[in-house]
Amino acid sequence: MSQSLRPYLQCVRSSLTAALAISNFASQTSERHNVPEIEAASSPELLLNPLTVSRNENEKVLIEPSVNSVRVSIRIKQADEIEHILVHKLTRFLTQRAESFFILRRKPVKGYDISFLITNFHTEAMLKNKLVDFVISFMEDVDKEISEMKLFLNARARFVAESFLTPAISAGTDQILC
Amino acid sequence: MATPEVHHLFHNPIADHSFSSDRKILAVARENNVELYHKAGTKFSLTDELKGHEKTVTSVDIAPKSGRIVTCSQDRNAYVWEQTPSGWKPTLVLLRINRAATFVRWSPSEQKFAVGSGARVIAVCYFEEENDWWISKHLKKPIRSTITTLAWHPNSVLLAAGSTDSHARVFSSFIKGVDSRPEPSPWGERLPFNTICGEFLNDSAGWIHGVSFSPSGDALAFTGHDSSVTVVYPSAPEQPPRAMLNISTRLLPFNSLIWNGENEIIAAGHDCEPYRLRGDERGWQLEGSIEGKTGSGAGSVREESALNMFRQMDLKGQTQANTQLKTVHQNTISTIRVYEDANGAVRKLSSSGVDGRVVIWTI
Repeated sequence: MSQSLRPYLQCVRSSLTAALAISNFASQTSERHNVPEIEAASSPELLLNPLTVSRNENEKVLIEPSVNSVRVSIRIKQADEIEHILVHKLTRFLTQRAESFFILRRKPVKGYDISFLITNFHTEAMLKNKLVDFVISFMEDVDKEISEMKLFLNARARFVAESFLTPAISAGTDQILC
Repeated sequence: MATPEVHHLFHNPIADHSFSSDRKILAVARENNVELYHKAGTKFSLTDELKGHEKTVTSVDIAPKSGRIVTCSQDRNAYVWEQTPSGWKPTLVLLRINRAATFVRWSPSEQKFAVGSGARVIAVCYFEEENDWWISKHLKKPIRSTITTLAWHPNSVLLAAGSTDSHARVFSSFIKGVDSRPEPSPWGERLPFNTICGEFLNDSAGWIHGVSFSPSGDALAFTGHDSSVTVVYPSAPEQPPRAMLNISTRLLPFNSLIWNGENEIIAAGHDCEPYRLRGDERGWQLEGSIEGKTGSGAGSVREESALNMFRQMDLKGQTQANTQLKTVHQNTISTIRVYEDANGAVRKLSSSGVDGRVVIWTI
């Protein structure tokens, strides 16, 4: 793990642990409803100040806490066009399967690549510290995944290019070798 | 310190729990029902279910003397349950609220109970003989958000309420014909219904999660979402308080608190363990956790089957999943209550939490 990644993840971890102090809270604007207040945003006093933890302008996390839910949005590092496409493909793959991925939000918050919506029902059904661990390990793994995919893509591109160009240049190389 | 008595009842959150005065019956709120457990030996076994609510039950309270149970739920209703030879019989309370009921407590006199709600009102309910039902009077002003918690003064007239508008307030809930005139106290002398005897803002405007009067009733403590506990000593009616002390901590927020005598508070919440605070009018400080974490939860090293071990290694690259927290409760504690006290000092307290455990602690 690089030197600047560790404090960044540590900061996200402690902010998220504190933000996940949520409890069951029925809506005070609509009768017999119990909705995530961060999404409904119907009463300003039930929302806390959103918090951004950023490593640089390309990598940041937005944590929006409320009385019964927390929205966590992650911006994944995208250094070039290839990474941009890879991140887009990966997040699209995940969000299309949001149903079986309980805490994943179908649409990311504007300006971010992927969003999680953690409600009090998730913290009740799952262990809170493990939820935090999951978000952190997701952040760690996604960077690794993207750079691995990029390397793989580059290697593949080189291989393809070589095999395409082999017939054309083989005559030339034969002469050089001889 | 004796090891705490742990009762793991089920795997659902317990919103609230209450023991009967003889500590034989335990009522816990589980989803849409209230379950009654009877003590059999050292264990609690399920005997009755109080069914009637349509949404999550948020609070339950057993009256110590009469044994009546009051429950309230997010379906906007509250019921008073009375034991009859044919089982528990519910009586609907006319709450007249149109949002979730969030919290309910019997007054010490057991003539009244108060229901907090998301409709920005507190319904103070009492029994009307002539119509044979429980009716309510509303405390409305100046509440601006959901009531999260309530606590009764020992005189059964003053009522403290905490709310998500960051205020803890002390109201008078005097009802003519039900209450006798209370003794004058630092909170007030003449106390008609809906008198505001105190209104206190949390230092960093966090939501209030728990309130409690000291045993004498001459001090009020409340916990806020900024992980602090505030203790207020009133001076005289209409005067600013004699002292208002804020104890901020580096822990996660507390959900519930109780007094142990006049100089000790026990609070518990999102850190999954109860903490002790000590002090007096001159200053308060955090003493530390009640829990002696030597046993590291239930069984520090559990026997794992070989299959389980290899599965763990395969999936996660580790032999043991350390999912256990070091504390007895494995998730947020939602309520703590006095279990046993002797001449003003709490000897045992009970706590319940999101992890489905009820724990009895010896102090």
